Amino acid sequence: MPTAHLRVWRGTDDGEYVEYEVEYDEGMVVLDVVHRLQATQTPDLAVRWNCKAGKCGSCSAEINGKPRLQCMQRMELYPEGETITLAPLKTFPIIRDLVTNVAWNYDQARAMPELRLRPADADGNRRMAQIDIDRGQEFHKCIECYICQDVCHVIRDHPENMAGFAGPRFFVQLASIAMHPLDTNTRRATVDHGFGLDYCNITKCCTDVCPEGIHITDNAIIPLKERRVDEFHDPLRIIARKLTGRG
Amino acid sequence: MAQASTALERRYGDTQRTDRWWLEPLLVGSGLLIFVVYSTVSGVLGEYWAFETEHGLYLSPFFEPLIHPEFLPDWFSPAILILWAPIGFRTTCYYYRRAYYRAYFLSPPACAVREPAGSYSGEGVFPFVLQNAHRWFMYVALLFIPILWNGAIRSFWLDGEGIGIGLGSVLLTVNAALLTMYTIGCHSLRHWVAGGLNQFSRTPLRRLRRRLWEIFTIANEHHRLWAWTSLIIVGVTDLYVHLVASEVVTDPNTWSGPI
Ligand code: SF4
Ligand code: SF4
Ligand code: FES
Ligand code: FES
Repeated sequence: MPTAHLRVWRGTDDGEYVEYEVEYDEGMVVLDVVHRLQATQTPDLAVRWNCKAGKCGSCSAEINGKPRLQCMQRMELYPEGETITLAPLKTFPIIRDLVTNVAWNYDQARAMPELRLRPADADGNRRMAQIDIDRGQEFHKCIECYICQDVCHVIRDHPENMAGFAGPRFFVQLASIAMHPLDTNTRRATVDHGFGLDYCNITKCCTDVCPEGIHITDNAIIPLKERRVDEFHDPLRIIARKLTGRG
Repeated sequence: MAQASTALERRYGDTQRTDRWWLEPLLVGSGLLIFVVYSTVSGVLGEYWAFETEHGLYLSPFFEPLIHPEFLPDWFSPAILILWAPIGFRTTCYYYRRAYYRAYFLSPPACAVREPAGSYSGEGVFPFVLQNAHRWFMYVALLFIPILWNGAIRSFWLDGEGIGIGLGSVLLTVNAALLTMYTIGCHSLRHWVAGGLNQFSRTPLRRLRRRLWEIFTIANEHHRLWAWTSLIIVGVTDLYVHLVASEVVTDPNTWSGPI
């Protein structure tokens, strides 16, 4: 049986890394090894998980410095004998060991505009053409693992920005509302408000780490930024608006 | 065994990444620097270094279209009248922004690597708010596509000899093609053509715009690739035309006389 050399964060903010050796079986993922560690050596190790299938978004942690889902990282990815460092998400307050308090994200969720659907057709149905909704389908894959929120340097390195920045996960949500074919929110409530979009310098770390492969920057953030350009910075539109007296 | 606490990890460059995260910003930063230095030298010294072969067969893309008003002093390189447009377009491009924010501003140097700046205010404040001018530059960049294709097509016709092909014609054509891919993959153009719509199905025109959006999206997904290949080829083509025009190298071609 191969042996994993783990270096795991233990404790709270003033905790420390503790090294462990754990035997594991072939085909295991990092979370399996953490569970084995918990079962054999450290029954008090705090780790959050649920589905072990990359779908609940609970087991986010930093593995060798990269935000990841512990249940989706196969042990084969790490050369045998090398130390694997496991840390909690560094952007959020630590509760204990590998578990952080991600409540800030729930605050951002509450601040998002709600979808306001157009009235239904006369027969009581609402109809959308496939062509109008397929762009937004990618956004619905989000599992709210908050790995993108964790990696985003706007708040990771500058926590003071947390007050005015919703973060990539919520730009995805904002995009799905702003692009919805039946939504009636005003531009002011979505695009103009922006939710701190200007802080993002499209350096794409969120996209790099998203376990669902959502093109967060290309398909949500940049299109939102471009809608803001439409509103405030496009020379042709500014002239057109002046000429027609609209907008 | 006790090790560094999280408090200590809040220093620049601090990360637990074990891969060579510094390699990408290093390569990207060096690549951009080489190009900026080369194009400045080539563009500014334009008047001292032939940029057009005889009979106008090959004209360096840095000088296309050639604008040379009489009243400008001799030292004033015609490239200066051209280069502001591609420089502005690329500087405000979403891909290049990512590249130089990471490589030069170290903001962040790589994902999950601590950045040096003590505070950060993003693209909402001066000077970065000027990045919004990308839309303006995009409109100008669209004009350059036919202009560069025109230069490429011209390079297959030598006065007095007629149609033919040389290494220079090939380079100019590849340059125009890669620049086209780079431009149609522009995020701003992709948005402009249909990205702002929510109901594509409403009218045939909107369906058509959506179709174009899909096509531009194919180029957009590889925007970084087109950004680099088009950058490299334009530099290589410019250098090649200079070398041929100043008779340092001979252009292999199908024409019989000297070009
Ligand atoms: S692209 Fe923007 S939102 Fe995504 S991680 Fe970078 S700064 Fe944050
Ligand atoms: S967008 Fe991706 S990385 Fe961010 S919370 Fe959703 S699934 Fe996780
Ligand atoms: S345990 Fe559900 S995503 Fe990892
Ligand atoms: S986004 Fe790169 S050219 Fe427009």
